[in-house]
This record gives sequence, structure tokens and C-alpha cells, in this order.
Amino acid sequence: MAATPWDGELPQQLKARFGGKISDYSTYLGQNFVVATPDAVIPILEFLKLEGDFDYLVDITAVDYPNRPERFDLVYILYSFARNERLRVKCMIADGDKPATAVPVHTGANWLEREVFDMFGVQFAGHPDMRRILLPEEWQGFPLRKDHSIIQQDDRWVKENLGIESGQ
Amino acid sequence: MPETTFLDSTELVLNMGPQHPSTHGVLRVILKLDGEKVNGTECVIGYLHRGVEKIGENRTYQQFAPYVDRMDYVAAVSNGLGYCLAVEKLLNIEAPPRAQATRVILTELNRIASHLLWLGTHALDIGAITPVFYCFREREEVLKIFENYCGARLTTHAFRIGGLQYELYDGFEKQVNDFCDMFLPKVEEYEELLTNNRIWVNRLKGVGILNGDECKEYGVTGPVLRAAGVKWDLRKAQPYSGYEQYDFEIPTGENGDTYDRYLVRMEEMRQSVRIIRQATAKIPAGPIGKTPKVIKPPTGEAYVSIEAPKGELGYFIVSDNSTQPYRVRVRPPSFVNLQALDRMVRGGLIADVVAIIGTLDIVLGEVDR
Repeated sequence: MAATPWDGELPQQLKARFGGKISDYSTYLGQNFVVATPDAVIPILEFLKLEGDFDYLVDITAVDYPNRPERFDLVYILYSFARNERLRVKCMIADGDKPATAVPVHTGANWLEREVFDMFGVQFAGHPDMRRILLPEEWQGFPLRKDHSIIQQDDRWVKENLGIESGQ
Repeated sequence: MPETTFLDSTELVLNMGPQHPSTHGVLRVILKLDGEKVNGTECVIGYLHRGVEKIGENRTYQQFAPYVDRMDYVAAVSNGLGYCLAVEKLLNIEAPPRAQATRVILTELNRIASHLLWLGTHALDIGAITPVFYCFREREEVLKIFENYCGARLTTHAFRIGGLQYELYDGFEKQVNDFCDMFLPKVEEYEELLTNNRIWVNRLKGVGILNGDECKEYGVTGPVLRAAGVKWDLRKAQPYSGYEQYDFEIPTGENGDTYDRYLVRMEEMRQSVRIIRQATAKIPAGPIGKTPKVIKPPTGEAYVSIEAPKGELGYFIVSDNSTQPYRVRVRPPSFVNLQALDRMVRGGLIADVVAIIGTLDIVLGEVDR
């Protein structure tokens, strides 16, 4: 079962507003998502919040595809209380790109973006507090990247801070 | 240089945790204090980080299922349900009715167990010693049902992708109904101890207010959102596992303070009993579902969420048509809710920090994953 095109009132509104910035409107397993260019994501979130009632940012996460030139998928999951609908906004970014932060639109994006940075090394431009959140601040490496092995760790940090050779 | 006197106050930075009993785990909160007043906080988390999402990418779909129980370990059944539903969504299958009814019963029992643990420890933090013993006494009965059903008490791994592993044991319905009969008067008992207790009311009323708009802004869900007057529960909004068949109310509060959150959770326990009674009265006959031997969902992604005791628990799974998920993302309610702590304690008193951490009902295993 492949994704099917998504049509309706909301995609029409988005098309009229953002035109070529959104390349794909799809539905998969009854879940709608759009694929946009990275610079359009924050305006889309803002538009959806103000005009589309998508006032609840459920989650921000990333998926790593190391063989692609634009290595990461950034996924924003939105929900609208008024419509009782979910919508995912996705964009693709390359390693080293700094997508704009969603904090001015949704305050709750703060920790979610910090976790994406912590796990994938994606920095968000304009974020008020771009630090690691779950791992120690001096930790080297981004564990959820695909080229990071499951038993790999920052040996130097472990040695210096825990006084042991390995945490494994 | 201006002359300083002993009356000048400067900001005091106080470290609370990670080994503080009222942080319910290993949460470290750095408090910026002006006397008794809290000017700001910073949460330091990650002490329990085990890389659950990375483990998920390196295990098959079936192998990862027991791991999810270890996130919110006081509501393991809910974690398992969310994960099973997400994989089932990717496979485009549905558990048979008998399995769904069983899932509802066990998940609601788990909601009661989770709320009881919250109530006991929350009351203990505030200085009421008795409720914790009462709550653990009744929670024990729930855990006994889990133990009889699947052999485990806490990290149950009760469900399997596609249905259930075990058929219900003889006398399951009776044991569950007996629990319901026994439990409802106990809720009254807790309420007698606390609801009109002057100390309890004074410590809770007007403390840690988070209104509906602020909740939405932060993505806060669950009882905290409902206590702010937003009548939203995923079991009603987007029913799963047959919740649409059951008759129950969504309790809401008005002020969004700690006292309202207490009332909402108390009422939720009663509503859970209502759901359990309806479900046990008519557990459909039939198969309990069969777990596919090899799980290879077609390439694609799906986000599925459930109403866990603490809020919206979501799983975003990306499949690349192999036996292992390409990416598993867990959207934990505790992590997102904890972010609002700063807003709730700012301007309040240091003694209220303990009450507010308790009322958020976080589990650090889920915050850190």
C-alpha cells in the first residue's frame, strides 16, 4: 500500500498560500502529511496555527537517511483540537543545515528541538537554548545517526567522568 | 562601590535532586530563589537515558515490545498497547474483538494503578502519610490480576502485536469485578482523608496554575490539560481498541490548579471502573489474535497515540520493509509535560515546587527513555 494524494479544503488553502514550497500532499494509512522546503516550514506551522486551528504541536523528530544528499527528514506532528485532525509536516535537510526554530510559534518546541539536536546533531537557528538535553553537555557524537553503532559511546567522557574504561 | 547591608538579597541558586525523594526518580531541578520565592528553574534530565529509540532500531518488531514497558514503568500496559497499535497500524491489521476488550480492561486497571501510585506519593510529598499505605494496598490487588494473567507485575508485556499472547484465565472476570466492587468505596475513603482536609486544600488550591491556552502552547496533555477545563481525551476524540462502545465521562476542572488536577484524577479512577465493568460484562468470544511470525510492514510511516495515564503517548514508526523498524520515535507525555514545570513554579514558593512536581505525575523512565 503506497501513499495516495491528499486533496481537500486544507490542501487547497495551503496550495494557494505556499504554492511550490510544498511539493507533496499525501495520505498514508489515513494519516495526512505534506512535504515542504525547509525555509517554508515555520511559516506553514504559523499559518496552520492561526488559520487552520492546528494549535497543538505534538512532536518534532528526525529520521536519518545517510545515503541521501539531504540526510535528515525533519517531522513535525500537529494536532487541531477544533478539527480533531492530525497533520505531519516534513522537510529534508542536509547535514550542517540550520533550520529555523519553531519556538516562536509553539513554546513547546523548545525541548523537542533540543532532543533532535542531542540525538541527530541538527542545530536550530534562533533557538533560545540550543544545548543537549538528555546526554551530558560535553558528550561527543549523535547516537541516533545511522552511522553511530549501538555499542559506540564517548569513551573519553566515560573515562574522565566515571573513571572506568568502558560503560559496556 | 555601594555599601551593602545584610538586608540586600541576591539570588540564591539551590540544587534540588537528582537524589531528592520528592522528585520521584532522578530529576534534578536547579532553583533560582529570592528568599522563599522561586524566580526560575532549570531541569536537568537524562540520568535514566538508556537509548530506547536506538535499541528499537536494532531489534525486530517483536523483540522491541518488552523494552517499551520500561519507559513508563508504572503504566507498562499502556506503553505496550500504544506500541502494539502502532505496529498494527503499519501492518494494517486489527486485533480481534476479544483481544481488544481484554486490552481495554487491563489498560484501565493499569490507569488505576498508575493514579494510585501518583496519589500515594503526591500525598506523601505534601505531608499526608496515610494515603500511601491505602493506595499501595489497593494497587497490590491490580498487580495480582496482572500477575495471574501474564506472570509479571510491573513490566508486564501483556499484549502482542496482533492480539494477545495468553487466553484469559479462569475466574478473570470474577477477580476483576470483585476488585471493582472493593475499589469504589476505597476511593471514597481517600477522598474523606483528603478532599476537605484543610491542610490538603491550603497546600493545593491556587498552586501551580496552568490554564488551557498555556497547556496547548506547551503541548501538555492528560489530566493536567483536563484540569484546565479542556475536555479532551484521546479515548473519546480518536477512539482505539473499541473505546467508542463504552459509556464514560471525561472529568474536567475549572482552575487548572493542583487541587483540580487531584479531583480530575480521582474521578478518572471512578470512570475507569465504569469502563472495566462494561467491558468485563461482555467480553466477546472468539480468537485472541495471532502474532505473525515474521513482521515486515510495507515501507512507510505512521504515528499512533493513545491516552496513557499521564497524557498523550505516541509512537512514530518508520518502516523500510524489513523485520526491524527503521526508526522508532516515542512521544512521551512526561517529557513534554515536564517542560511546563518552569511556567508553573515561577513566582511561587519553594515548598510548592514539591507539590507541583507531584501533580505533574512524571515518571523519569519515560522522560529520559
